[in-house]
Amino acid sequence: MTGWDSATIWTVILLLGIGTFAIRWSFLGLLGNRDLPEWALRHLRYTAVAILPALITPRVLWPEATGGETDPARLTAALLALAVGYVSKSAIATIVTGMAALLALQAFGI
Amino acid sequence: MTSSTSAYWRGLRAALPFLLVVLPFGALFGVVATEAGLDLAQVMGFSIVVIAGAAQFTALQLMQEQAPAVIVLASALAVNLRMAMYAASLAPYLGHAPGWQRILIAYFNVDATYALSHLEYETRKPMTLREKVAYFMGTATVICLPWYVVTWVGAVLGQAIPPGIPIDFAIPIAFISFFAPALRTLAHVAAAAAAVILAISLQWVPHNLWILIAGAGGMMVGAEVERRGSRT
Repeated sequence: MTGWDSATIWTVILLLGIGTFAIRWSFLGLLGNRDLPEWALRHLRYTAVAILPALITPRVLWPEATGGETDPARLTAALLALAVGYVSKSAIATIVTGMAALLALQAFGI
Repeated sequence: MTSSTSAYWRGLRAALPFLLVVLPFGALFGVVATEAGLDLAQVMGFSIVVIAGAAQFTALQLMQEQAPAVIVLASALAVNLRMAMYAASLAPYLGHAPGWQRILIAYFNVDATYALSHLEYETRKPMTLREKVAYFMGTATVICLPWYVVTWVGAVLGQAIPPGIPIDFAIPIAFISFFAPALRTLAHVAAAAAAVILAISLQWVPHNLWILIAGAGGMMVGAEVERRGSRT
């Protein structure tokens, strides 16, 4: 991977592994049978649905593969995948729709 | 068959449908990480040491974007913060298991093992502690162990992907498949929409810090919408 030497990559893997384990173990291992306050639970419920969309938004709007230019094919494929995922609640249907739509749109030269 | 053996098999069977999700995701990570230039050991390192799909994809994308290592770590860990909630909600059921078992449970505490086990503990009462641990391990056997295998398969096959396939877009599509099916309530939709708007408007923030700000903002919006909704 360009710009990353092997030692740095392994450091990221190990620290990410340790940090992830600490999160998973936290209330189960250290604190035992103790409840999180309601306000904390209320925020944690939305971590995934907030961070994941934020993270990919620039990559969908300004993909690196097209040099940062908005690509109608990629944008359409992403929106179709979002719609199918929301309606069907199926992760696999989402992926198949998104990739198939992108391949089809590119085949038609869009 | 002892009661805990049968609980183990029950967990194993309940988890089988999730293989439809786990197998392609693990393989996809192997493919994409290899395409990004990680060697086989590093790809497997991610799946074995971290064992968290969304966080692995997050780290990979940010490394490709040349984000600082600290931001890679903070963002990927933020993606995993939801697991603190999983740990807290399993604690009343598994908090008295021996320490070494809780370490194993924590390591295998992923979305599917948590969701299946928590549902079982809530709906099938009473269960002994041994049965609860056995059920969890049954789900982990099906969901976590194949994760390593398919990552390896993806990493090996990934080198054979023909050019012209827009594999760069597999990461955004994978992320959409993580969160779109989770948009169950108005609060979830509001959290996602707020995070996207913040992400677009905060692109100028250096060091990819906009990810954490947009994520935190989205969480606060989601929590507030939920609080207002439940007050009525």
